[in-house]
Amino acid sequence: MQSFGRRRFIRSGAWALGATLVTSGVSFARADADTKSRFVFVILRGALDGLAVVPPYGDPDYASLRRDLALHAPGSAGGVLPLSNPFGLHPSCQFLHECFTARELVVFHAISSPYRERSHFDGQDVLENGTVRPHAVQTGWLNRALAAMPVRGGAERERGVALGQNVPLVMRGPAAVTSWSPSKLAALDDDTLQRITDLYASDPLLAKRLADALAADEIAASSQAMAQGGTRYGEVINAAAGFLRREDGPQVAVFDTIGWDTHANEGSAEGQLAGRLAALDAGLRTLKEQLGPVWKDTAVVLATEFGRTVAVNGTRGTDHGTGAAAFLLGGAVRGGRVLADWPGLSARALYQGRDLQPTLDLRAVLKGVLQEHLLVPYDAVESSVFPDSARAKALKGLIRT
Amino acid sequence: MLQPFTSAIAANRFGLGARPGDLAHIGNDPVGWLRVQLKGAPPALAAEGLRSSADIIAQSLVVRREIRQARQEARNGDAAALEAVTKLPKLFRPLYIAEVTARFRQAAATDRPFLERVTQFWTNHFAVSVDKVAVLGVAGSLEREAIRPRVLGNFTGLLLAVEQHPAMLLYLDNHISVGPHSRAAAIVGRRNAKRPVGINENLAREIMELHTLGVGSGYTQADVTTFAEVITGWSIGGEAGRFSSGAPGQFVFRSELHEPGAKVVLGKRYPDNGIEQGEAVLRDIAARPATAHFIATKLCRHFIADDPAPAAVAHVANAFTSSGGDLPTVYQALLTAPGAWAQPLSKYKTPSDYIVSTFRGLELPVGDGRGALGAFEVLGQRTYSPGSPAGWPDRSDDWSGASALMKRIEWADAVGQRVGGRREAAGLAPELLGGNLSANTSTAISRAASAPQALTLLLAAPEFMRR
Repeated sequence: MQSFGRRRFIRSGAWALGATLVTSGVSFARADADTKSRFVFVILRGALDGLAVVPPYGDPDYASLRRDLALHAPGSAGGVLPLSNPFGLHPSCQFLHECFTARELVVFHAISSPYRERSHFDGQDVLENGTVRPHAVQTGWLNRALAAMPVRGGAERERGVALGQNVPLVMRGPAAVTSWSPSKLAALDDDTLQRITDLYASDPLLAKRLADALAADEIAASSQAMAQGGTRYGEVINAAAGFLRREDGPQVAVFDTIGWDTHANEGSAEGQLAGRLAALDAGLRTLKEQLGPVWKDTAVVLATEFGRTVAVNGTRGTDHGTGAAAFLLGGAVRGGRVLADWPGLSARALYQGRDLQPTLDLRAVLKGVLQEHLLVPYDAVESSVFPDSARAKALKGLIRT
Repeated sequence: MLQPFTSAIAANRFGLGARPGDLAHIGNDPVGWLRVQLKGAPPALAAEGLRSSADIIAQSLVVRREIRQARQEARNGDAAALEAVTKLPKLFRPLYIAEVTARFRQAAATDRPFLERVTQFWTNHFAVSVDKVAVLGVAGSLEREAIRPRVLGNFTGLLLAVEQHPAMLLYLDNHISVGPHSRAAAIVGRRNAKRPVGINENLAREIMELHTLGVGSGYTQADVTTFAEVITGWSIGGEAGRFSSGAPGQFVFRSELHEPGAKVVLGKRYPDNGIEQGEAVLRDIAARPATAHFIATKLCRHFIADDPAPAAVAHVANAFTSSGGDLPTVYQALLTAPGAWAQPLSKYKTPSDYIVSTFRGLELPVGDGRGALGAFEVLGQRTYSPGSPAGWPDRSDDWSGASALMKRIEWADAVGQRVGGRREAAGLAPELLGGNLSANTSTAISRAASAPQALTLLLAAPEFMRR
């Protein structure tokens, strides 16, 4: 881990940052936050290019390093959407920009997990397992956070849902979670289902999975009635919203997106990455619309395993890098800000001479959100959820109180 | 500890599931039944509609030229331009369907299912994914041309064939990777200084990380970058901008793209002798202990247990190293590794193997076209589309999600409804599951309300989900 000592945060909006940004174990309890708060974690698998989605167009080295991939200043054709100088947002991210303007989006830059190599799969493992090493544990930080949350209402219930057939590592662990994905198959008749349930009585794993699936189907069925679909992520996002809207439903949802590994022909204002970002942006808009009144209690984090090389490679793409961008949005978020201790893109500022130097630990963001938003106790966050993270102090003030 | 070598474990754990009569045929020599499958040349996959990767890529080069022309002539957004974009998927999709249908038929019918399993293991080890349109038409040919003929050969031969196959070069972008000091870079640089060309390190990294040494085995970023330079020029024949060489669609070494000079990879110096420089690096990497350990770990995880005993991995790795990467020796070691025949069943079938074992067990015919392939998509494992070069994951937790289980049961029910009237589940159960069949499952089947329901229960039984 390198030091985050040199703080030169980019300021924007009315929020005082700097030294007060960092906190230790303070409680931010709101009376009903433990039951109303909703959290969505979106994994951007493949290493999203942070310099493409949040281009530092005002950085003096940006245009020369990014060449064909460089985006233009706000106002010009295909220009970036303005955030705070030197940062803009990719023109495909219209909804995210609306959130920024509405002070419901915090953009993080030069951010990374503690992982410092360049393997997607180990990088994703660290992003999900919450430790400092790949494959150190077989459970995820979000599940361990759920396990540490105060039990409400007494009854054992699913606290998290993974939108997908299977549960990604970040949601695996001791807390009860379920998964859901759209089906084109006909439902079973009750008698056959009962017999299979009986058949699984002596098989704890299958018995549990089947019970979870039945419960999830019931919730999803009620939410699909108002589904509109249409976007790439429409169906799963409608379902996610269906789960999160329920008063007694899971508070946390996770879903995966792939296709961010842009080694060749990445594109700039238009092209491959632009299309994928537009689909993601549309999906997030759908999430807000479908959550309706629950949006105001919702925080969404979008994170990727690492960033990409600062310079364009030989095939008009970018290779595996280090420092990345991340997003926190939602009605519960104190947004309208870019948080970045911007290291710059000059040759000497780069990590190993090629990557954006990470200056912010992703765990600082996640720890802040878990404490302020989901009210996960400080001790649990520091020990079981993110072990060995003392130096990544929780960011304070990310959530509206 | 002496373990019971059972025919049911041989057919399910090391095969693709028993067909009626298989267990009786295996009898009391399950290891012998598996070993004999490793003898004789691997059968070629032949079917109507299968074409060589060279042929397909050569045609796609022509189509790409047409698309470029259409784009130049039509304004963006015009119907003609939009139609041009769909030309490649239109060319590739029928080829993809022909490939996966032939593969599915082979898996459902083969008398050498152990051989088919190791073939599919290597395909997943050297994964390409058809969500990248460029490989949609040639993912199957990677398996058919580079992997299938070499699964009973030597690991090094397999490795070289895969890394030089056009599908792999396309998938991991190496065909367009250019040495910064190559002749091509000099020419392009003179013409357009604003768009310098250079290396793309994707293939070099994934060879080290995913195909051979394994991540964390000691190679550095400098090794990756240098190795990427070493394999610049490993490309595909035909036109490439102003350069043209080699037979269209076939692997070609383009010396004009190659980064000149001797290079040091993993501490060893390799003189610049063109294509042989990269081949020499690959041979040395293949022979490293880290590679033996990495391959052995993946094989043991695939066949034996999610977390195989270190002794099992060491046993297989030793066979790999002492035989110089002789693959049949490695597979035989797998059969004698600690835990290879352990009970209870601990591996959860992948969706693909669940479908194939159902087709084998019920002797279902594999139909034509997309209909036969829908099951793979619905159950979450569309053939050749793992989504990343790491391939499909291989642990039970990766496949046993609640929603995934529900889909499997719903699909089993659909199969039960369709063919249950023509199969007798009570008679089939011991034929397919042998000694693994539990009293619970037998009872449930015998008490089923109907023949279709009985079949659904057999397919949904825990011992049919696992291996």
